[in-house]
Amino acid sequence: MAKTLNILQKIEAAGLVGRGGARYPTAKKWSSFAQSLKNREIGYIVVNGAEGEPGIKKDAYLLAEKTEAVINGVYLANQFFGNDKIKKIYFFLKHEYHRDYSKKIKEILDTKKYRALSKKIEFFIKPESPMYICGEETAIINIISVRRAEPRLKPPFPTQSGIHNHPTLVNNVETFYDISLVGADNYEGHRLYTLGGAVKHRGVFSLPAVMSVREVLQATNNYPDFDFFVMTGGEVCGELLRSDQLQAPVEGSALVMVFDKKKTDLKKLLAYWLKFYEAESCGLCSACREGSYRLRELSQQTNYDKQLFIDLLDNLEDSSFCALGSSLSLTVKSMMENINKK
Amino acid sequence: MIVKINNKKYTATKGQTILDVAREHGIKIPSLCHHPDLDVRASCRVCVVEITGRQKLATACSTELEDGMEIYTDSSRVQKSRNLNIELIFASHIEKCATCTLRFNCDLLKLAQEYGVKIARFPDRKAKRKTYKFANAVEIDGSQCIDCNNCVEACHNQGIDFLKISGHGHEQEIQPVKAKGSACIYCGQCANACPVAAAQEQGEWQQVEAALKNKKKIVVAQFAPAVRVSLGEEFGLPYGYNCAKKINTAFKELGFNYIFDVNFGADITTMTEAEELMERINNKKAVFPMTTSCCPAWVAYAEFYHPELLPNLTTARSPHIHSAGAIKSYFAKQKGINPKNIEVVSIVPCTSKKYEAARPELTYKGKPLVDHVLTTREFAFVLKKNKIDLAKLPESEVEPMFNDGSGAAAIYGASGGVMESALRTAASLACAQKKTKNKLCVSRLEFKEVRGLKGFKEATVDLAGKKVRVGVVNGIAHFEALLPKLSKYHYIEVMACPGGCLGGGGQPLPTTNAIRQKRLEGMYAIDKGKTKMRRAHENQPMVEYYQWVKNNKLASKLLHTKFKATNK
Repeated sequence: MAKTLNILQKIEAAGLVGRGGARYPTAKKWSSFAQSLKNREIGYIVVNGAEGEPGIKKDAYLLAEKTEAVINGVYLANQFFGNDKIKKIYFFLKHEYHRDYSKKIKEILDTKKYRALSKKIEFFIKPESPMYICGEETAIINIISVRRAEPRLKPPFPTQSGIHNHPTLVNNVETFYDISLVGADNYEGHRLYTLGGAVKHRGVFSLPAVMSVREVLQATNNYPDFDFFVMTGGEVCGELLRSDQLQAPVEGSALVMVFDKKKTDLKKLLAYWLKFYEAESCGLCSACREGSYRLRELSQQTNYDKQLFIDLLDNLEDSSFCALGSSLSLTVKSMMENINKK
Repeated sequence: MIVKINNKKYTATKGQTILDVAREHGIKIPSLCHHPDLDVRASCRVCVVEITGRQKLATACSTELEDGMEIYTDSSRVQKSRNLNIELIFASHIEKCATCTLRFNCDLLKLAQEYGVKIARFPDRKAKRKTYKFANAVEIDGSQCIDCNNCVEACHNQGIDFLKISGHGHEQEIQPVKAKGSACIYCGQCANACPVAAAQEQGEWQQVEAALKNKKKIVVAQFAPAVRVSLGEEFGLPYGYNCAKKINTAFKELGFNYIFDVNFGADITTMTEAEELMERINNKKAVFPMTTSCCPAWVAYAEFYHPELLPNLTTARSPHIHSAGAIKSYFAKQKGINPKNIEVVSIVPCTSKKYEAARPELTYKGKPLVDHVLTTREFAFVLKKNKIDLAKLPESEVEPMFNDGSGAAAIYGASGGVMESALRTAASLACAQKKTKNKLCVSRLEFKEVRGLKGFKEATVDLAGKKVRVGVVNGIAHFEALLPKLSKYHYIEVMACPGGCLGGGGQPLPTTNAIRQKRLEGMYAIDKGKTKMRRAHENQPMVEYYQWVKNNKLASKLLHTKFKATNK
């Protein structure tokens, strides 16, 4: 039976979701892209290996260890959408990933199976700054279209109008890896978790896609025997949880990072985040450009206006242009509500 | 489809945004970065609204309506976010309100006052930002910038791309590009798109106020064709309302010694230019097409980007330079005034006229012909500052030695107007030359094919049997597309600003395509009303002056100019 399904149907059946962190159903994105291509001459595919979230190493792991599978996922996409329709495929990579893995990628592309595909592949190195937003799909489209590195309004969605206004499919490196597994009927519903901080076994682990923080810590044999709290999601775009809140599912970029309560200076951690967000704001919207600046400024004052601090966070959550602004709020509030209050 | 805004039902059509429908029905949603003619960028976050079922607030400018959508424009969540965003923007803008020409018309200041924004919670963060000055015409003051990007887009839409955002986040800054092949043409469209006067004209109103106080000076005012149909907007008069005669009174209230109308100068320009056109047409070796040169931004463009076209530019000076010449020569002589004691102040819809007035070749007896140039916006500011309400002023006339020009002069400020004026006179000149042979020569009065807001307009017109191909470039961005077929034409008008001077960089805010259309209608109505004098050469005082110039062999000093390449 399985053989009669095309790759899109298989993706749908497997329930794949985007591994950039937004969990958008891959089949939906693909259908929309396919629909747009029907009336258009050409389209673009982007393999997103920007990995802007500090602490996350899963794309690096895949590019190093599962290179062919990732390329095979891209190959399946190109085949499905039509070799004639797809004008170019961009490997959009963080500078270090391009430096470390492009040679290997090229070698695999030079083998018989991928030679035709390799002609349309182009490497694109992610700009150094702002680095975070440069991993967001509409910002990637702007960058490749030689426009400013900032997010775009949606609609139109990239699958409708992306690079140079052509339909564009942006999928994460891990999503292409999953697609390759789905294509070979090997997909087991796993995703890649990055374990970091004060754990015994750091690294990238393949585990069932839906798991609680506790389960991930236990499954990787990393459950601490000291007083701790964790950061989950991402290192700066995530949520701090107490050890009695570990039933929460791991979301976002699937990071689980353990902090030793005794050794962690929360003020320093907060200062690190605020500096990060201030430096990473692309500058487009006032809520984030000004908000991130003023939060950092306030936090450095003695006796700062705490209500104003919270109002600025609320405002980011409510009115920032893209998810970066909201995550600043959610991250900082998780510290205030989960850790500081206790 | 049906949507609900603040619990009331409204009908909307697909593609309309929340802001569109709210504005249609008078539901107030404040905004700052939104400009009807620019891309929606949704950057200021002032127009946030709450939509039932959505996690985040949405910006009304960028959110298209969906059937059944429920929107709240003033919920407590909306108020909180909106007010804080206004406060954040206000804190990123160094207030220079005391001397800011936008003071009486500033959206940011109005919002801050209206929403009771606290102004002292955040320290200034842009005090040390640079001001970039472009010649003596336009400047971008980084300390006032609110990062909306409108200036960059306006410059891009002009096809110039001289501005860019450099850097990112709170450190980003609007800067001129450093590329060698790029130059500002001083059109001021950036200033016209800036909601907070960070991009603005380089003000001269303080010098004008000083001149008015100087008893030794004879200070005279003259105002351009496009000012009369736009200045009223600043005082609540309808779009396109002709307030010329109120402006005359306003000048008197401010203490100007003599009042003139640049429309008189426009008739001089038409005469000079139409004669040159006929000379070129009758000369087999002449360079074609002849192009207009009364738009200094177009001249700056040609001098920098296309020096090879400088022989094509008409040598006729521009209207306010022509009338200033008439004032400092003929008028001064008749009145027995030493021209060195006269200070001519031009009120224009334009920022590049400041640059033009400072050009070294446009002087008379060692002094600039035009001493000061104020934009329409600056002039409105000076009036308001002096508590003069233009709307309430009685009407009065200009200095009787000259007059307020023909109908042809009135349309100078609309794209195609200079062309039409020149054709009216050229057609008559052509007929006059031909009359000895053929009595049946009818010269056309109206050339409607060159009117309107299209980017490029063209026509083939008959000048006493000679077919003349003419084209009108409305907005400098449309010039490059014309270049390959330029040699097909005899006469080309180029106006750098969309709509012509009525859409100029010095015009009141906002200037939108819809408002341009209204100003345009106002101008053509003035022309229609000038039933006895719709052609430049029918302006008797102007003809007398013109003859005087020629009799005294002053044409090169008072009528013609020259150009030189600036990109070396």
